[in-house]
This record gives sequence, structure tokens and C-alpha cells, in this order.
Amino acid sequence: MNMLEIRGLEVSIGDTQILRGVDLSVSAGEIHVIMGPNGSGKSTLAKVLVGHPDCEVSSGEVDYAGRSLLEMDAEERALEGVFLAFQNPVEIPGVGNAYLLKAAVNAMRRHRGETELDAFDFLSMVREQLQQVGMSEDMLKRSVNAGFSGGEKKRNELLQLALLKPRLAILDELDSGLDIDGMKAVCTQISSMHTPDRAMLLVTHYPRMLEHLRVDHVHIMSGGRLVQSGGLELVGHLEQGGYETFSA
Amino acid sequence: MSTANKEISDLLNERYAAGFYTPLETDSVPPGLSEDTVRSISARKAEPEWLLKWRLRAYRRWLEMQEPHWAHAKYAPIDYQAASYYSAPKQDKPKSLDEVDPQILETYEKLGIPLRERELLAGVAVDAVFDSVSVATTFKEKLAEVGVIFCSFSDAVQEHPQLVRKYLGTVVPRGDNFYAALNAAVFSDGSFCYIPPDTRCPMELSTYFRINAGNTGQFERTLVVADRGSHVSYLEGCTAPMRDNNQLHAAVVELVALEDAEIKYSTVQNWYPGDAQGRGGIYNFVTKRGDCRGARSRISWTQIETGSAITWKYPSCILRGDHSRGAFYSVAITNNWQQADTGTKMIHLGRHTSSTIISKGISAGHGQNAYRGMVEAGPRASHARNFTQCDSLLMGDQCGAHTFPVIRAGNCTVQVEHEATTSKISDEQLFYCRQRGISTEDAVAMIVNGFCQRVLEELPMEFAVEARKLLGISLEGAIG
Ligand SMILES: Nc1ncnc2c1ncn2[C@@H]1O[C@H](COP(=O)(O)OP(=O)(O)OP(=O)(O)O)[C@@H](O)[C@H]1O
Ligand SMILES: [Mg+2]
Repeated sequence: MNMLEIRGLEVSIGDTQILRGVDLSVSAGEIHVIMGPNGSGKSTLAKVLVGHPDCEVSSGEVDYAGRSLLEMDAEERALEGVFLAFQNPVEIPGVGNAYLLKAAVNAMRRHRGETELDAFDFLSMVREQLQQVGMSEDMLKRSVNAGFSGGEKKRNELLQLALLKPRLAILDELDSGLDIDGMKAVCTQISSMHTPDRAMLLVTHYPRMLEHLRVDHVHIMSGGRLVQSGGLELVGHLEQGGYETFSA
Repeated sequence: MSTANKEISDLLNERYAAGFYTPLETDSVPPGLSEDTVRSISARKAEPEWLLKWRLRAYRRWLEMQEPHWAHAKYAPIDYQAASYYSAPKQDKPKSLDEVDPQILETYEKLGIPLRERELLAGVAVDAVFDSVSVATTFKEKLAEVGVIFCSFSDAVQEHPQLVRKYLGTVVPRGDNFYAALNAAVFSDGSFCYIPPDTRCPMELSTYFRINAGNTGQFERTLVVADRGSHVSYLEGCTAPMRDNNQLHAAVVELVALEDAEIKYSTVQNWYPGDAQGRGGIYNFVTKRGDCRGARSRISWTQIETGSAITWKYPSCILRGDHSRGAFYSVAITNNWQQADTGTKMIHLGRHTSSTIISKGISAGHGQNAYRGMVEAGPRASHARNFTQCDSLLMGDQCGAHTFPVIRAGNCTVQVEHEATTSKISDEQLFYCRQRGISTEDAVAMIVNGFCQRVLEELPMEFAVEARKLLGISLEGAIG
């Protein structure tokens, strides 16, 4: 059975229709990549999947692990394992980063019927991951994303990905703005989470990251539709001819 | 976090949990205000002649005064003849806790303030003021062992008249302002506390004010004196039943800190705020002032203001002693139709005096929140310093936040810093939290707590948890 099944999805933001009929099937264990020109609707697809209130679904269906995803509210989708690494993570001044992370981890554990972590256990768990993603412990004490550099925000998203271990990870340009080490950390994290029970949907502009991953499918989004699907060879075409060869 | 969250959400469903009424037989003076009312209150308390005279002078002064209307608040005129100025449970004055009406003990228990000896909160002494009288004071004897006097104001008048007479009205004069004069005329009870020289008060002192009777005002008076080199931490809490009409609460608090003494005064104010349509609620018109009388003395006011239909209060510090320090830490929440006009005055008179003001205003619904502050340094106050931080958080677009800071520097060595921010909880922030599995309520509580953190950490540990819960409850329905 497919983990994620999108059929004929049409989405508007405000008065503008952005997605014009998206179909996509993702099975557990797969990595799917979505590429496409700026403004083609990649982030909109990512956001509608996690229930962003701006996204108005005018038609179509989405099944996730046998349930209708569109009928679940945003928290429930998150608790059921759908995670979005935001293209532009928001700043929350005044809320400690560690505090938010712990709240998120414990919300997840509660939902799974596991015991919640106290501050001590949480810290030792986070410390391990911090190293992996190349963040210093200072970043935990600071407010969520407040004043973080572009790359630091991305690393913070990566840290949450590592801590929350979602079943369906949607990573919207997690690689953009990261330095070489950061990029490596992303690849390492994705590879380590590439297990038969998980699926990933990567949005990226850079073929470089893909060289280090076992990618199953590549889709090209243009004008709110997935206009072409294939394997990694599509990326090669892109690098030669740009997006012009794929018209909506 | 999870248990705290559960508590918050449980409490969220309870709305105003302190809104119940305890039916009791009462001894009340009939509605109306005249010299006879003042005399009859004084007589009920068998007060000495000097105090009656003091009250009467205040009353006559009050008659000449105008109700102030400069606050950023709207309300119908108050009919001072319609309310009763004294209401007390009908019972002879209990000599010990065992004699206190069980119904009253139960009332406090329901509010989370156990007064029975075996259930007392360790390390916290409580004076329980019920309508116009103090019904019980715990740990009195234990405190007396170290010379600390902690009792109801009425008892203090009888048992320590020389102390009361020496300090009463020396910080807030009886004609200070309209409500202070009214209070001086008709105040019924309150707490009195004296810490002897070089003594650290061994426990938290607290007064718990409860308005129970309908159609009465509450006018209590608190006087805290910290003698040379002493230290005390004091907390007051306030609740009232839910009623459709407005009730007046006009209290006066006076603090005196002598040389090297320190007073930390905290308030968790949760008077009934009125309903979602703005009906009912307490008018909280309070005068609080501390006098750092001695050199190197310190006074800090910490307040969590979540209740009341209208709040009008400016806990202030007179920094008279050289090197004395004053502080004001405030969180004021206005939700639904609540209005708060609050802030502080720091009056620098001595040399090298310093003051800190941290004000956090949160407005939701149709709430209106104003910070009004004055920092004044006299000509003698060389090297006076002030730091002011004034932040507003808005939820929704029907509410308002306003700041009215005034700075008067009377000499050229004064240093004043003022920072102010206004922010909004954005949908993007809430969505980010929800995408991480955190519910909207928890996300709001988290953001609000983060916003108030600097003030909350000034509260005594025992009360910080309580205050956090209250913040969550007060913002119920603010984001939906
Ligand atoms: N809140 C909004 N209001 C109006 N238009 C919006 C809004 N959000 C997105 N859009 C529009 O929707 C279109 C698709 O945006 P989307 O963010 O999905 O593009 P994208 O493919 O992720 O682009 P990029 O590669 O630049 O990230 C764009 O034209 C964008 O301007
Ligand atoms: Mg995008």
C-alpha cells in the first residue's frame, strides 16, 4: 500500500489557484524529489500536505497511511508522523529553542503512548543529535530561530527532523543556504532515515545533494502540475536544457 | 511541560474557577457613605480616638475631591452611595483557627489556600481577609519567635498601636488621591507586618483577599515595615465571585524600608474580570507605594494582573535613601472587555539611586492595556539611573496597547534608558508549533510564558506555577 497518495489536488491561496491537479504516489521506503522553477507551487504542495491554513483545497484527495489526510487537523498530521522542514522557518522570540523542541518531542511521545522525557533525559538525547547536525549547545538556549542565520535556521530544522523521526518527511529546500558541512549533515541524516518504513519528499534546486542519496523518483513541477516524472536521469536533462524543455 | 499543559487545559475548561459564592450570615452596614458610616466602622473595631479622627479627616478631604478620569479606561459613573462599606461574616472574632467558621475555611480551601494547621503550605504564612475582615492568620506564633509581627490590620491597631501610628499614612498620605482618601476613611481590614532589625523573615508572608458579599466594596489597607537590615518577601492574592454588577476594590498598600532593608512585594491579582460580553467584574483602583527611606534599602513590586474589569494601579517607589533601589516587574493581561491602566512611578530623591521597570502587557479580545510610567529624578538625586523595558503583545486586531512614559531629569547626571516593543502572535508562529505536534493552546501558553519570563522569574517559587496557570486561563478563547 502507498504511504501517500495524492489524486487531482487543486489548491488556491487567497483568490489565486496555485496547484492545478497534482497526482503523486509515494510508497514507504522511497525517496521522491520535486524540482521546478521558482513559484511553480512546490512549497504550496508541501504546505497543503501539513494542513497550512492558507491553503484552500478546491478539489482532490490525499490518503496517508490509509486515512484521509485532508480531514486531519494540523497537529494530528504532525503527531501521525508527517513532518515539514520549512523553506523559511519562522522566528518565535521569547520561546527557548530547547523548550519548543522538548514540547514537540514529548507531544509525540505522549501521542505514541510513551513516557515523556524529563529535562535531563531530553538534554542527553539532544546533545547526541546536536553534534550530528553541527549545532552548538548555545543554540538551544536562544529563542526559536530568532536572529539565526539562514544556515542556522536550516540546521535547526534538521535537528527537529532528527529528533522527531517522522514517517513522512517533507523537506522543502532543506539544503538551500547550508554550507558544505551542513549539506553533508543533511545527506547523512536523510540516508540514516532512509528505512523501509519511512518515505521522504525532497524539494530542491540543487542536483548536488541528490548524488549522495538513493533517489527513487524525480518529478518536475511547473505551473502547479507535476509535468514529468522519472529517475535521476531527469536531473541530467535539466542541467543541460533548464526548465524550458518541460512545459506545463 | 505536559502536566503543566494538562493543568492549563483543564483549567481552561473551568473558566473563572474562583467565581463561586459562599452563602453566609453577615454583619453589614447599610449602603451609603457618610460620617456616620465612618464612625460605625471605627466603632465596630473599637478603634482608638486618634484613628477615628484620622479617618474623619480623610473623609472630609475626600468629599472635596473629584473622581479621576485621566486613565485610559471607560466606565459608567460610580454611585458611592449605593454600595455597602462594611460586610463581615457574622461571628464573634475567632480566637484560633479551630473557631473559624468551617464554611470560610472551606472557601479558602476551594481557592487552594488551606488554612487548617495540618494542611498549611510549608514556608508560607497567610493572612486571610474575607470581605471586610481578616478571618485568620497562620504561623503567627512561629513568626513571633523571631520578632516578626504579622497580623490583621485591626489586631495591629489594638496590639501595636505605637507602630501603626508611627507609619500609617507616611507613604500614602490620607489625602493622596481620590481612592486613597476613600480608603483612609472606610478601610476595614488588611494586613500588618513588621520585621525587626537585622532579621530575615523565615517564611513567605501572604495575604489572600476574597470579596464574597454582593453590593459591597472592599477597602483594605496593608502596611509593611522592614526595619534596618531586615528582609521580607510578601505576596497577595485576590479573587471574587462572578456577578453581573461591578464591585469596587480600593486598597492602599504602604511599604517602608529602612536602612539596608529589602521588601519584595508580589501580587497575583485575579479578581473577577467580568464575562465575555463585558458584564460585571471588579473595579480595581489601588494605590501602592513603597518608601526606600533608608540608605541602600530596596523595594521591588512584582505583579501579575489577570483579573478585574478595570485595573488602575501604579505601584511606585520613593527612592529617598542614597544608593536605594526600586523595581517594578509587571505582567498585565486584558482579554474580552477588560481594561488595564497600570505602571509605576520611580521617584529618585537620593544619590546613586537606581530603578528598574519591566512591564509586559498582553491584550486579547477587546482588551485595552495601557502602561503609564514616570521616572523622576530630583536635583539632589545625582547619578540616578533607570532602566525601563516596556513590551506589548497583541492577539487579534480588536485589542489595544498604549504606553505613556514620562521622564523628568532634575539634574544632569541622571541616566535613563527606555526600550519598548510591540509584537503580535502570528499565525505563522502558531502553525509552526502545530506542525511540531503542539496544540494551539499550548503554543499560545508557551509564547505568552516566554514573553513574561523575565517577570515570572521574580515571583517566589511557590507562586510561579500558579501564575503560569493563570496566564493560560486568562487568555482562554483569545485565539480560536
Ligand atoms: N500567501 C500567498 N499569497 C499570495 N500568493 C502566494 C502566497 N503563497 C504563495 N503564493 C504564490 O503561489 C505561487 C507558488 O508559490 P510556492 O511557494 O509554492 O512556489 P515554489 O515552487 O515553492 O517556489 P520557490 O522555488 O521559489 O520556493 C507563487 O507564485 C507565489 O507567489
Ligand atoms: Mg518554495
